[in-house]
Amino acid sequence: MMENLESLVEAALAEVAGAADARALDEVRVRYLGKKGEISALLKSLGGLSAEERPKAGALINEGKQRVQAAIDERRAALEEAALNEQLGAESLDVTLPGRGERPGALHPVTRMRRRMEDFFQRLGFDIAEGPEVEDDFHNFEALNIPAHHPARAMHDTFYFGDGRLLRTHTSPVQVRVMQKGEPPFRIIAPGRVYRCDSDLTHTPMFHQVEGLLVDENITFADLKGTVAAFLKFIFEVDDLPVRFRPSYFPFTEPSAEVDVGCVSCGGEGCRVCSHSGWLEIMGCGMVHPKVLEHGGVDPARYSGFAFGMGIERLAMLRYGVNDLRLFFENDARFLSQFA
Amino acid sequence: MRFNEAWLREWVNPDIDTDTLVHQLTMAGLEVDAVEPAAAPFTGVVVGEIVSCQPHPDADKLRLCQVSDGDATFPVVCGAPNAREGLKAPFAKVGAQLPGDLKIKKAKLRGQPSEGMLCGGSELGLEDLIDGLLELPADAPVGADIRAWLNLDDTVIEVDLTPNRADCLSLRGVAREVGVLNRAPVTEPVGEPLAAAVDATFPVTVEDTEGCPRYLGRVIRGIDPAAATPLWMVERLRRAGLRSIDPIVDVTNYVLLELGQPLHAFDLNKLDGGIVVRKARAGEQLRTLDDQTLELRDDTLVIADGGGPVALAGIMGGRPTAVAEGTTDLFLECAFFNPLTIVGKARGYGLHTDSSHRYERGVDPALQQRAMERASALIVAIAGGEAGPVTEQGDAARIPAPAAITLRADKVTALLGAALADADIEDILTRLGMDVTADGDGRWSVTPPSWRFDMAIEEDLIEELARVHGYENLPSRVPAGTPAGEPEGEHLLPVRRLADTLRDRGYLEAITYSFVAPDLLAKVDPEHPPLALMNPISADLGVMRTSLFAGLLNAAGRNLNRQIDRLRLFETGLRFVPGDDGLNQEPMIAGLLYGSAEPAHWQAKARQVDFYDLKGDVEALVALSDATAFQVRPGQHPALHPGQCAELVRDGAVVGYLGKLHPRLAKDLDLPKDLYLFELALAPLRDGLLPRFQPVSDQPRVQRDLAFVMDDQVAAGDLIAAVRAACDERLRDVRLFDVYQGEHIEPGRKSLALTLTFQDPSRTLRDAQVNDLVEQVVIQLKQQFNATLRD
Repeated sequence: MMENLESLVEAALAEVAGAADARALDEVRVRYLGKKGEISALLKSLGGLSAEERPKAGALINEGKQRVQAAIDERRAALEEAALNEQLGAESLDVTLPGRGERPGALHPVTRMRRRMEDFFQRLGFDIAEGPEVEDDFHNFEALNIPAHHPARAMHDTFYFGDGRLLRTHTSPVQVRVMQKGEPPFRIIAPGRVYRCDSDLTHTPMFHQVEGLLVDENITFADLKGTVAAFLKFIFEVDDLPVRFRPSYFPFTEPSAEVDVGCVSCGGEGCRVCSHSGWLEIMGCGMVHPKVLEHGGVDPARYSGFAFGMGIERLAMLRYGVNDLRLFFENDARFLSQFA
Repeated sequence: MRFNEAWLREWVNPDIDTDTLVHQLTMAGLEVDAVEPAAAPFTGVVVGEIVSCQPHPDADKLRLCQVSDGDATFPVVCGAPNAREGLKAPFAKVGAQLPGDLKIKKAKLRGQPSEGMLCGGSELGLEDLIDGLLELPADAPVGADIRAWLNLDDTVIEVDLTPNRADCLSLRGVAREVGVLNRAPVTEPVGEPLAAAVDATFPVTVEDTEGCPRYLGRVIRGIDPAAATPLWMVERLRRAGLRSIDPIVDVTNYVLLELGQPLHAFDLNKLDGGIVVRKARAGEQLRTLDDQTLELRDDTLVIADGGGPVALAGIMGGRPTAVAEGTTDLFLECAFFNPLTIVGKARGYGLHTDSSHRYERGVDPALQQRAMERASALIVAIAGGEAGPVTEQGDAARIPAPAAITLRADKVTALLGAALADADIEDILTRLGMDVTADGDGRWSVTPPSWRFDMAIEEDLIEELARVHGYENLPSRVPAGTPAGEPEGEHLLPVRRLADTLRDRGYLEAITYSFVAPDLLAKVDPEHPPLALMNPISADLGVMRTSLFAGLLNAAGRNLNRQIDRLRLFETGLRFVPGDDGLNQEPMIAGLLYGSAEPAHWQAKARQVDFYDLKGDVEALVALSDATAFQVRPGQHPALHPGQCAELVRDGAVVGYLGKLHPRLAKDLDLPKDLYLFELALAPLRDGLLPRFQPVSDQPRVQRDLAFVMDDQVAAGDLIAAVRAACDERLRDVRLFDVYQGEHIEPGRKSLALTLTFQDPSRTLRDAQVNDLVEQVVIQLKQQFNATLRD
């Protein structure tokens, strides 16, 4: 009987190994290990053995069953693995084919830079103010200490409507409007469109400025210098960016300054971008002229302040390497899509 | 203001090099725009003398010269008409390197040897005064290097002056400034007054003493009409960017550059009667030096004689009375005109001159006597003649007298953020020519000099202190303090959020000009007559946009021409709509789309965008706002297809339009027919909602799909609204999932299929309750639209 067991197990193992799929394997299991299976049947013949032999024979039979069962389990796992592998192989894709769906578009580079500027000043507690683009002479000129026939008016090639109204030539009138409407202290920036009657390689009749105004007690030229320098370092992300303040002239500030930064293109060595000077003119600024404070209803004996103004396109050109101002207003998709 | 450094250094000569000087000027507010060599580089050119000059045997126009360089003579073949024996001219020796990469070699010209070249002005990068050789003065040292002798290793400096610094529109002014910055003495190389040699005068009457508080005149008789401007003066003028014209004009230009005082010379014999300084009479005419005939306005100050205006005061002289060939007697004018009288006048006549530039900004009113003496001395020295006495007319009381300004040390500190030493304050102001009197206790009374027109208030003085002290030497800090303004409410949707949404849906942000072509705007928005610019940059940028459509359509056209076949653009900005209560400058957000609905994909079938792509984008914007406050309903817009146009409504007011470009416009503008547009007012869109929590119900939801058949004119939006109206809050959602016309549906009718989702917030809905609700819907739709349930 034990010889029989051994040959049955051998036969079963051979059949397990030869089973081609899960069904064939199950048939093998039923034939040998099922209730009526051939190995199971051996257990029933244990009754013919002596009480001494019976446990030993039973153990041997069980051991045989376990060997076959283990082989079946192993074979089943192997077959399942093979089947899964086959399925996975059949389902594999060319992952290099393009994906589906809309791609993001892009913000205009002017908007991109404008947001960056707004973010800096909002961190310093500046609010964003807006004003009309069709302005009156008072807010664009008079209130900013630029009376009629002032030579500074010639610097602003102004678009007129013939009825006293004009297109604002700078964002500075927002200063006056903000002061007229509220009470000091003031901390605002005013980004927006401005217009000058000028069009050539380096001028477009419309462009963007950001105006800034801080009016409070004890504001000095030092505050102006510190704020502007911190801003420019933020924008260009250069910690040791050289920044210099040069005396200049604006009717609405006194003292006035023009601000240069070390050329971000050549590092100050001199290149085409900076006309070989090593410096880039970035913005104008100064301490608010007492007459402008008065026009805004602010007492210049108690309050002082600084103001600054700069072109957004200029900063965007330097920052993003745009070499032609006119591209900003051609709205060519091939240009716009580069500023996602 | 252009000048050469060597001239400046005759006035003031600090021990600094050119680079330092230039940096100093820039940092003092006199921004240096250009630094250029006075002459192009060349070598090997000396003062040569023509010792003999014979005709060339084989060429009519050439001559054989023997030229001496002091050591030897060389044969030179020369074609210049003025080559003659005894003439001194620049001589480029064999081996000389001339501008334009020209190297002088031994040569044979028409068979004759030529060892070197005699040069004209332009061959050395200078000005050609005459056709031919540059004629050097008789005392020029033969053999001297021409670069050294003409001081050509000099630098030309161009300063870009701000309008307040008229005092630096002269060499004198720049020198004064350099003196202040370097604490260096400034010497004025101006000669002695020229005593009158004859007693000839010319009568002058100043009628308008406000416009002309001072008018100096001087007669000079018997000048040599053949006199030539000396080379040194020609060179200084050239380096300043001025051409030599004739000795008289050159002298007036020279004094203008040197002292900043414009002068004008009349041909005495062409003047009629006497000079009258007065306002022009309307209709009077003047032919100006640049040969324009101007119709004068009565606000213009003129110099007139018995025959009418002979010059625009402070701007330009007249042609008929100008110095010309053959002029021997002069009347020289040197005046102070009030800047307010001159300002804007030149511009009004389309003119801008060196004279008007200075008078508008302010000429030193104390300068006229000196300038007159300087100019007449130079004229007599160059062209001979005899000068009469200087006459003066006007009203000295009307000459601006600078008022004293009080300066306080604590104000200096308060404005600059740093204290300056009292001694420094006094020193800087004094060196600037101010009259400074200390009142004690850190106060001064400061009177600016006559040449400073920009000193009126204390802050002006403080700027001068800061400027000379150096902005770079002032402290810097980030201001302390707290935010000033009111934060925006949380319910207000930032424009950024709207822009980002469109950007993320594939839109590119455009920025188009706020002014557009009137004809295009009239097609797009004929109902709003736009605001027209008086002086547009061009006709096609002539009117302010009343709709953002115009700019977007332009941009679409440009992109189509560049083969961009799929585009989504948006723009935010103002539109300018004139109305009864003034101009409405309204912020808008607008978009445009054409091309395929999806980006090209290897798997997908390309589909062109349609109205519902457009609407989806608008709905995405509305969804950010208080969405339920908005309604989309059929609308009409002149730029849009009448059957594919909707208006966006909030609180009963139309706040935007969306739709397909009108086919007529598409054809007209050569744009694709499947082009869609929207334009929405930003303010109502930005007025969003603060989120309000609603308890989430775990009660089961029941869905019923119902298809209704109705007239095909019924709007789906109305149908859905009716469904909502027929139910209570247990109807949680209505979704339209099918629109069908065709087989099994009568012509003229359509089927709309809806999924209704019901849920009771607090209990499980029973079938009977849902059936009741559905029944109500069916009844309502039957009544309202004659809609029936589809079998």
